[in-house]
Amino acid sequence: MIQLSNITKVFHTAGGVLTAVDNVSVHIEKGEIFAFIGFSGAGKSTLIRCINLLEKPDAGAVIVDNENLLELKKSELLKRRQKVGMIFQHYNLLQNATVFKNISFPLEIAGVPKKQRHERVMQCLETVHLTDKIKDYPVKLSGGQKQRVAIARAIVNEPKILLCDEPTSALDPQTTETILSYLKRINEAFGITIVIVTHEMSVARTICHRVGVMERGCLIETITINGDTEVPQSEFGKILFSGGGGI
Amino acid sequence: MEKIYELMPQLITAFGQTFYMGFFTLTISAGLGIPLGTLLYLIRPGSMFEHRKIYWILDSLVNIIRSFPFLILMIAIIPFTRLIVGTSLGTNAVIVPLSISAIPDFARLIEQIMLDVNRGVIEMAESCGATTFQIVTKVLYREARSGIANTVTIISVLFVSYSTIAGVIGGGGIGDFAIRYGYYRYQPEVMFFTVILIIMLVQIIQTTGRIISTALDKRV
Ligand SMILES: Nc1ncnc2c1ncn2[C@@H]1O[C@H](COP(=O)(O)OP(=O)(O)OP(=O)(O)O)[C@@H](O)[C@H]1O
Ligand SMILES: [Mg+2]
Repeated sequence: MIQLSNITKVFHTAGGVLTAVDNVSVHIEKGEIFAFIGFSGAGKSTLIRCINLLEKPDAGAVIVDNENLLELKKSELLKRRQKVGMIFQHYNLLQNATVFKNISFPLEIAGVPKKQRHERVMQCLETVHLTDKIKDYPVKLSGGQKQRVAIARAIVNEPKILLCDEPTSALDPQTTETILSYLKRINEAFGITIVIVTHEMSVARTICHRVGVMERGCLIETITINGDTEVPQSEFGKILFSGGGGI
Repeated sequence: MEKIYELMPQLITAFGQTFYMGFFTLTISAGLGIPLGTLLYLIRPGSMFEHRKIYWILDSLVNIIRSFPFLILMIAIIPFTRLIVGTSLGTNAVIVPLSISAIPDFARLIEQIMLDVNRGVIEMAESCGATTFQIVTKVLYREARSGIANTVTIISVLFVSYSTIAGVIGGGGIGDFAIRYGYYRYQPEVMFFTVILIIMLVQIIQTTGRIISTALDKRV
């Protein structure tokens, strides 16, 4: 589904050249929930942003559904992005738009007719159990509710892929569990491939099929959760498997 | 009071001229200033379409025009005014310098207001496959709309002040009226009365602006 080949991303900063992502290759299967885990600054966000080219890699190929996104024209890339949902740590809701308007935003962008938009938004609101908040503005919602709106927005245009950058890092453990359960349900019910970036062990352990451990821009190890053939080598991997606490 | 009563027709005409100038000045300067401010925002260093050279040129131009005292600007651009409206005198002629002085004010304020829009929301829109035009209209203008309303209010008040200078080139309007009948004909009570009216006008603009801006703002 998603094939990242030799992705490298370099930032030129005042302090010099910084290799945020260093020659990373990984293949994420259709229907999989895959997590990138690692310490702060490891390059996780940069890498996940390469999947929809919010960040343009300096080298390598981003192949989604057998298409190298780097070879597409701008207008084609925008079309592809419409089918890749994304959720963020800080929700990124439009403050001056109601819950309904926020969720229908990707459909407006895609040019979906009004009547269909309404139907889809209602379906997604039901999925995240927020039908009663339809007319509220984001400022009135709790963090967990905001993230549920963001989830509804991310799936409204029936994407094949859902990218999540630290979706639960601003939430308490209980709310985190709720959000993860929604993600899991979405993955199972709609077969959406989910890529999650996180630094929380619990996230990786609860819902992921595979975990990629990142360190200083490199993907140092890929671990299959519930697979017993592999013995993790990295520090992160060992903690993950031993069932130790979060970071 | 009697004098004021006698001058009522002139006063009404003056008000009419002020609103006439105000309407065109605001329409023209918003119509050009808001897109210019948007462009400045988009091409400023570190932004989506960073273009240092063009930004530097437009940025300097905006600063230069903004630093001109209005009276000098009005006189300096007389040839241009004549080119546009065919004359350098009268109410129509005054709309040209008033607009030109308000365009860069608009642009600068709009640019600053857009900078306050959360980058994350723009990124969200990009992740949805939004075009630049969609990002501007559906994200930036929506999230910045109460600030835009404030900008219109500020410029409207500035306009009332600048328009009083318009009398110099026969622009008319309420400020011109105050000077003509209050000052030159030495009728302090007329002057006083007109100034009160101007203060009320500014108050009305300010209050209306605040109400609109508050109603548009759903962030708090
Ligand atoms: N736009 C940018 N310009 C310059 N440097 C950047 C930029 N984005 C990221 N970096 C740098 O690249 C490195 C990797 O950043 P990234 O955000 O991908 O890390 P991360 O693993 O997501 O960390 P965190 O867990 O803190 O979010 C960091 O050192 C960061 O400072
Ligand atoms: Mg990050």
